[in-house]
Amino acid sequence: MTHIDKCFDMQKLVQLEKYILKENESIIHEISIKNRELTILCRKLHIEDILRFLRDDKKCQFKMLIDICGVDWPEREKRFDVVYHLLSISNNLRVRVKLNTKENLAVPSVCSVFECANWFEREAYDMFGIKFEGHPDLRRLLTDYDFDGFPLRKDFPLVGKTEVYYDEKLKCVASKPVDMPQEYRHFDNVSPWHGLDDPISLAEEDNVFDRGEFVEEEIVNE
Amino acid sequence: MNKTSTNNTSTKEMFLNENMTVNFGPQHPAAHGVLRLILEMDGEVVERADPHIGLLHRGTEKLIENKTYIQALPYFDRLDYVSMMCQEHVWCLSTEKLLGITVPIRGQYIRVLFSEITRILNHLMWLGTHVLDVGAMSVFLYAFKEREYLMDFYEEVSGARMHANYFRPGGVARDLPAGLIEKILAWNEKFRPQIEEWDKLVTNNRIWRQRTVDIGIVDSSDAIEMGFTGPMLRGSGVAWDLRKSQPYECYDELEFDIPVGKNGDSFDRYLVRMEEMRQSSSIIDQCLDKLANDAEVRNGPVKVQNFKVSPPTRDDMKENMEALIHHFKYFTEGFHVPAGEVYAPIEAPKGEMGVYLVSTGGPKPYRAKIRAPGYVHLQAMDKMAKGHMLADVTTIIGTMDIVFGEIDR
Repeated sequence: MTHIDKCFDMQKLVQLEKYILKENESIIHEISIKNRELTILCRKLHIEDILRFLRDDKKCQFKMLIDICGVDWPEREKRFDVVYHLLSISNNLRVRVKLNTKENLAVPSVCSVFECANWFEREAYDMFGIKFEGHPDLRRLLTDYDFDGFPLRKDFPLVGKTEVYYDEKLKCVASKPVDMPQEYRHFDNVSPWHGLDDPISLAEEDNVFDRGEFVEEEIVNE
Repeated sequence: MNKTSTNNTSTKEMFLNENMTVNFGPQHPAAHGVLRLILEMDGEVVERADPHIGLLHRGTEKLIENKTYIQALPYFDRLDYVSMMCQEHVWCLSTEKLLGITVPIRGQYIRVLFSEITRILNHLMWLGTHVLDVGAMSVFLYAFKEREYLMDFYEEVSGARMHANYFRPGGVARDLPAGLIEKILAWNEKFRPQIEEWDKLVTNNRIWRQRTVDIGIVDSSDAIEMGFTGPMLRGSGVAWDLRKSQPYECYDELEFDIPVGKNGDSFDRYLVRMEEMRQSSSIIDQCLDKLANDAEVRNGPVKVQNFKVSPPTRDDMKENMEALIHHFKYFTEGFHVPAGEVYAPIEAPKGEMGVYLVSTGGPKPYRAKIRAPGYVHLQAMDKMAKGHMLADVTTIIGTMDIVFGEIDR
């Protein structure tokens, strides 16, 4: 038990995991507890059903949608993860629901289940280009008006594609392709020596610098 | 205004029959930064509010993906730039959760001490600007005077007044300098009567009450539905505070109350935040007492003594080869974080701030999603402002306590 979740009730979460799986066996793809967090992987089509179940079921009561976000895995065929975080105030528990989707296929919007999904879905659309079917107002939100591209995709360059400047001739703000006098400096400091697969347990053996012991040894050697 | 009116309708009729669209911001002093609000008005009454955000979007999440875990930390100061250390805290917690390390108890107390100082820092900013928006100047000046003292404490521990970069995954950067505990104690004693003074000045002020009572009412079920957290949720009568319900660090060893509102209007949220400042002040006292007098807390280290994830001392570096290597690897390559995903929330002054962190194993995070409380609150702008007067829009912006650093990220 670390300083992060001192009063965490693991048993309650395990019970809930079993209950959720029993009630939704047909639509849940995978369910697991890792890092003391419950994660449900479901199919895209069932996202509304599963969220509605989690919200309304008497034992679940996940009434609050905390967050929706996208994760990009370009090497996968189903490129994007859409991750939903829910919170149950009455049970004092959290749950994460995940689904995978392809680049060009829309995900059902959950705005009808949770009102506050609106901006989260707009953000995911803005940043990743994930389309949400049935969203009342799927406009871009955080990027500039008339922005082109989806900045949080892994294939979008860190420095961006265009930069804005004030054009003296046109007397207005215009944009041009990014021109960097110095390239973005990517330092690859990762050690080629792969002895650090489990840094924590390795460190526990050799991290104690007891200077007293060190000095004593020297004396013996002399 | 619709310019294509037929010749038959006079200008007067046009004004009477059509809604007017008002562009509020992004350069408006009451917009608290760079909020652009498109307001559809029926006379003086707001019919629809459409916030346009993103004018301060800096791509923090993208930048973090290209930085090591320690290099990503300063970006968090710059999210909600009035509650800096709380943002650092959430990044540290999410990293620590993936690493599976526990911060030493002294480090935990220092973190909580500065989290609460930050809470007061944030609430002072909110109080000053909120009251200023509604029309009183003096509280703003008083609040900013106190903020200066608090930023001096920031400076003493970290060298920077605002963007401190003081918390680190595994603890805090360095121990408190000598004499700081006494200074904070002395300030805290003077601060408590100050709150009461402002309370006398504002709470029963007729204009203040006229401007805030029954403005922007949100009932408890709506607040939950809209994803409200922090004082916005507690103002609506839901007793939910992560420091109590899902305690992190040493909050379970401290005594404090959670103030809860009744009517869910701007006035209740004002009362909740005022009481939170008093509670934070009491928490600061308890932390200082422990840091100075409790044997276990007084003498411990302030960061994890595992030198794969935290830097060794300068002394060790001078004499110990191993320590020199650790130091070099820590600051160049960074530490490796095991693959996995976590979500770590904290009770930031504005509400639940969380980081959803995905790691694939290397020294850099694969994805970090920042869940900002203000983002969710601002989303409810349309709902809260509907049917209110134009002048009440500034009250509602004020009561949400929004800061664009965290909303736009």
